[in-house]
Formats: sequence, structure tokens, C-alpha cells
Amino acid sequence: MHTKKKNMSGADIFFECLKRENVEYVFGYPGGAVLKIYEHLHDVDFLKHILVRHEQGATHMAEGYAKATGKVGVVLVTSGPGATNTVTGIADAYMDSVPIVVFTGQVATHLIGNDAFQEADIVGITRPITKHNFLVRDVNELASIIKKAFYIASTGRPGPVLVDLPKNVINSVCEFNYPEEVELRGYKLRTHGHQNQIKKAATMIQKAKRPLLYVGGGVIMSGGNRELYLLAKENNLPVTMTLQGLGAFPGTEPQSLGMLGMHGTYWANQAVNNCDLLVSLGARFDDRVTGKIETFATKAYKIHVDIDPTCIDKNVIVDLPIVGDVKHVMAELASELNTKPDVEEWWAQIEQWKEECPLDYETNDGRLRSQYVVSKLSELTKGEAVVVTDVGQNQMWTAQYYKFNHPRSHITSGGLGTMGFSLPASIGAAFGVKDRPIISINGDGGFQMNIQELVTAVYHKLPIKFIILNNSFLGMVRQWQELFHAEKYSFTELSESNPNFVKVAEAFGLKAFSTDKPADVVPLLKEALDYNDGPVLLEFKVVKEDMVFPIIPSGASISDMITRRLDPKEMM
Amino acid sequence: MQHIISVLCENQFGAFNRIVTMFSGKGFNVHSMSIGETENPEISRMTIVTEGDDKIIEQVVKQLNRLIDTIKIVDLTEQAIVQRELALLTVFYQKGNRGEIIDICEIFRGNIVDINNKNLMLEITGPPDKIDAAINVLMPYGIKEIARSGNVVLKRGEQAAKVVHEKE
Ligand SMILES: Cc1ncc(C[n+]2csc(CCOP(=O)(O)OP(=O)(O)O)c2C)c(N)n1
Repeated sequence: MHTKKKNMSGADIFFECLKRENVEYVFGYPGGAVLKIYEHLHDVDFLKHILVRHEQGATHMAEGYAKATGKVGVVLVTSGPGATNTVTGIADAYMDSVPIVVFTGQVATHLIGNDAFQEADIVGITRPITKHNFLVRDVNELASIIKKAFYIASTGRPGPVLVDLPKNVINSVCEFNYPEEVELRGYKLRTHGHQNQIKKAATMIQKAKRPLLYVGGGVIMSGGNRELYLLAKENNLPVTMTLQGLGAFPGTEPQSLGMLGMHGTYWANQAVNNCDLLVSLGARFDDRVTGKIETFATKAYKIHVDIDPTCIDKNVIVDLPIVGDVKHVMAELASELNTKPDVEEWWAQIEQWKEECPLDYETNDGRLRSQYVVSKLSELTKGEAVVVTDVGQNQMWTAQYYKFNHPRSHITSGGLGTMGFSLPASIGAAFGVKDRPIISINGDGGFQMNIQELVTAVYHKLPIKFIILNNSFLGMVRQWQELFHAEKYSFTELSESNPNFVKVAEAFGLKAFSTDKPADVVPLLKEALDYNDGPVLLEFKVVKEDMVFPIIPSGASISDMITRRLDPKEMM
Repeated sequence: MQHIISVLCENQFGAFNRIVTMFSGKGFNVHSMSIGETENPEISRMTIVTEGDDKIIEQVVKQLNRLIDTIKIVDLTEQAIVQRELALLTVFYQKGNRGEIIDICEIFRGNIVDINNKNLMLEITGPPDKIDAAINVLMPYGIKEIARSGNVVLKRGEQAAKVVHEKE
């Protein structure tokens, strides 16, 4: 006999699906098109809804949560302006392959296309910046679409998925069926790399005299840090990481060369320039890494491991592509390697580069510098914190001076470079990670871009340490103006217009401190790290004109690297 | 070089849009695109004529493959194929030359599908170069309007098309 299943409304189905997906948090903001969902949310107890103050904040929180935990971040907003406010965060998640699912309200299906109140074609708007998106036209499709959305967002190369929910679909009723499995004939995952290719790669590594592992965010996403550690350790291979790769291999290990690329270390970039075998693991040869393609790693045989075939041969033509999950491929590769490469000379050369041009900064003039703040933070937290940076100099100094020891500890907007990312993303991370300190590092410019979310941190008593490295400038832009734009400091000085950050923070309900003295840095950081009843703000008034070195100018070669500010006398 | 790429995709709201958006977003060339239902009503076949060197075409195929709505992508270039396009042409005629135009239409094995006191409408089917030739010959009479369907292509006989990407 056929037992009839319970009929449920679209709104109930929505929550039932989130329950089955084990969603713990939804970052959201209500409005007309999603009122029915909020009506039901009132009685939902298995998840926590976090009310943000701007929908962009919600998307970055979902990203921060996803990057810190590896789980899918979830956003819920209304139609029209609610939906369009999520666009920057979605684009950011797309560029950095962050698994988030964004639910947007939509006007009723019969009104779509009528320029109805708060209508926006968000599916059309986000088509080029989502891994996939859906408009739910019928409540009978709702459950299977939500299942697909979570599956697509979190598998393969992860990314954002948007689900548009017309008002009448949410109000309609149907039988609830949650599919056990996802059927998508156009979406098949390849986990294991081609066996022959892996064998070839192993042979190359064994024969290499100057091998280098070039590690990207893919290693962290795949959960392959252990496999990377074993592969690198057992074969004594040097490891350099991209901005998104930091943390994949412990920064305190001598085998770590730190970051490569535009603001990478001198020795990592020299290693790229001189290696005879470059093994790219879950990285995409981004232009911030390669600079001028024609001069990038020209002496090297190149192996490229990636789960996304479109990454391969896109920017740099490689000799040996391996499509697969980098975690599996590294494990298989390690088991194929039975003799170790002879890399003694290569290491001697790398050590020499380290001595030639170490990472350093002026410490003798008694003035406070960002590099010092980040170095002390790294020491005090022993590289164990989750550090969420904004965009600009603060981001690059953190990447250079904080020694990340764990994956999912360095959270930053890399691909899109979205100012205003750190503050909300750190809130998302703080919801996901409770047993390690959460630090948000900002410039004085970017901190003001989503400053409204301080309320969210205070309201939920999140023990985030907000740090502003206040140089009274849009520092990174100022740096380019000094180096490449005739020192025309056009609209980058903020000293006259910046608010009093301590007062602002206090008004939001944070404890806040400010200093311009190096001697205060350690005591203030310690005090902040010991305080766990809510967020704290530390403003460090740092040297205004400092620049991030080394820098390889955009589109230039490693040989064009600038390692320090030239004295005017030297430039004559 | 010109490539003819045949894409099987979900016959669904958005699939076509997504493919078009991808082409414009990545800056790939499109000469023509056509789409229609296949023997399976859930699946559409899209035929895309695009242009680029090997590196670009490889990216075109990979990017198509990456889309969730695409099922199978085949590069039909240099394969034994049947390639057809349909064109409707409205051509002006004068008192003395109507017969000539009808003759030309016959040479191209076309049909006259409409007529009034000023012009004739011709329907011509064939590979795109045949249509180009017909247009060239008819140009001197004055062509009022042209509508071309874009290409539809299938591989011939038993020969298996080179499946560039089949999602296994
Ligand atoms: C939303 C957005 N707008 C503009 C930029 C361009 N931009 C990149 S870095 C930067 C300066 C950032 O200044 P600040 O936040 O003070 O950080 P600092 O570089 O001084 O550490 C700007 C304007 C951007 N990345 N994102």
C-alpha cells in the first residue's frame, strides 16, 4: 500500500533541507520576498541565524566560515537590493574557490520580468561569478535543487552556488522527498590522477637536481597538508606557497621558502627562476605569481596537478599535466618515489639566497612598523592563530611575517582582492573555530568598508582581535604611486578624514586601544589575546610611507625585483 | 583556424545562457551558434562555430566541459561531417529579371517561398560556403534582407566523432 508522505510548504522544505545538510549557521538579512522563510525561522532551533548589517557582510562571513572549517557557508537574503548586495562576496568566493550557498528571495514567478518591486535578475547577474546557479520554478524541485547546490558548492573545485527562491514557490505546498543521491550527468568528478602520469612525475622528481614544490590553495581545500608534508619531508624538497597556499606546509619548517610571486621572498623567487623541476600542486599560475610569462621558470620542466582541467595550460604551458584531487595524487606520488633526489647542492644554493637578501625592515629608528606588529603576533601566537587579512600592505606583510603552521589558518581575499573582506570574514571564522585565537588584520582604508559588522561581533561576544595597521594612507596604492606613478599621491591620504577608530569601536561596544610606540606592541597584543569575553580593537599607528619589499612590478620578471627603497643619492 | 564544436547540454532554462555568457566572459570568438532539441527531449544540441589557435580551442572545450549543464563536447573539425545552414533571402526583382533570379535559385537547389510585386523570398540550404556563393550571385539584384540559421552538424556514418570531453 502506498503510504502518503507528509505535505510541506516550501519554507518548511527549505529548513528541512538545511537540517539534512547539517547547516549550523545561516548569515542573513530579512526582507519582503523571504518573510515566509523568516516566519518559519522563528521556530527553528537546529541552526543559528546570524543577523548581519549588510548583505555583503553575510557573504564574507560565509566565506570566512567556509575557509576556516572546510564546511559550506550559507547566506540568506531578500530579493532585489538584498540579492545585489551579495554580488561582491559571490565574486570573491568564485575567484578563491570558496564553497558557499547563497539563497536569494525572488518575486513570484508570474511577476518575473515585470520590473516588479524589488525584482532583480540575480540569476543572470551572477551567472559568470557562480560555479552554478538555480532559479526554483516549482516547489517540487526545491529539495533536489538544494541538495544539488550543496553538492556542487563543496565538491571538485569548490565555489559559490546561488539558489533563487520565488515567493510563491516558498508559499506552495508539496510532498517532501529528499534525494539520497545527486544525479548530475554533466558533473563528474575525477579524483585519482592518471597512473602513468604519476609514474612519470615520480621519475622526474627522482632525477631532478633542483626540484621545487609550488603549492596553492588547492592543497588546503583537498585536505592534503599531511600528504604534502610527507612528500616534501621524505624527499627533502623545498616548498614555496602562494598567498592562498600559506599554511599548507608549516611556515616554521626550514623547508618552507615562504611565499613566491610579486611580494614573495627573494629566495623563493630565485628558486622558481633556477629550478629544473617545478611541481605545481593545486595552484593556477596566477599572474601575481608568474609575472611575465615568457621569463617564468624557464629552466624548469613543469608538472601541474589540479582538479580543474581548465587551469592546466591556461597561463603557462606545462610538460606533464595530472588532473585529479591533489591529496590523492600526492599520496600516490609519494608511494611511487623509492629513491630520493640528490638535492644537497640545491639547498646550499637556496641558503645562500636567503643570506643574500633576507626579509627585514628598519628597527633602529624607534618608530612603529607593521612588520614588527605582525612578527610579534606570530611569535606570541606561535603561528597557531587563524589570521584573516584585508587587502593591501597589511595583507602582504602578514603573508611575509606571520609563520602559519596549519592549513585553514590564513584567510584572505586573493583572487578578487576585496577590501572590506577581513572584518566580516573573521566573524564567520570565529563562529566556525572556537579553540584558537581569531585575528583580523586591516588597513585603515579597508576597515571602513564593512565596519558596520562590528555590531555583529559585539552582539555575539566573539573574541576576535581586530587589528588596524593605520598608516593614514591607502597604503598599497600609495606604494604604487611612489614607485610607478610619479609620486602623485592622488586621493590616497586618509589622515585628515579618518575617524577616531578607538571612539568608533567604543561606540560599537568594543574594548579598544591605540598606540604608536613599539614598546606597547607586546603588552597590548598579550592583553588582547588574554581577553575572551568579546572583541577587542587594537589600532597601531605605523610609519606612513613604508613599502612592501620585495616587489616584482606587475608583468615584470623576477630579475626586475625591487628589494628596498632606493636612497635618492643612489638613484642619481 | 575555424572549429565546429558540438555540445550536448541540458534542455533547460539557463543552459544556453550560461554557454553564451561563458563565451563572452572569456572573450572567445563566436561565428555562429545554433541550438535545438535532440532525439531526447531533455537534451539540446548546440553547434558552435568558433575560431582560435590550438591553445584557445583547448580552453574553449575545457571551459564548456566545466559547465554543469553540458553533457558532451565534440570537436567536429576535420571530421567527416554533414554541415548545413539554412538561409532566407528577400531579393528585389525588376520587370525583366525575375526569371533570372528563379534560375539562380534552382541552380542552388533552393525554393521560392514568397513573392509580391517587388520581391521574391528564397530559401537556400547547404554548407555555409554554398550560401555565401548564392548571396554573392544575388547581390547585384539587390538583397533586402538575409536571415541565416547558423550551422547544424552531425558526423557521418559509422565513424566515431572525436569526443574531446565526455563526462564519464
Ligand atoms: C573594494 C576595493 N576597492 C579598491 C581596491 C584597490 N586597492 C587595493 S589595495 C588598496 C589600499 C588599501 O589601503 P588600506 O586598507 O589602508 O590598507 P594598506 O594597504 O594601507 O595596508 C586599494 C584602494 C580594492 N582592492 N578593493
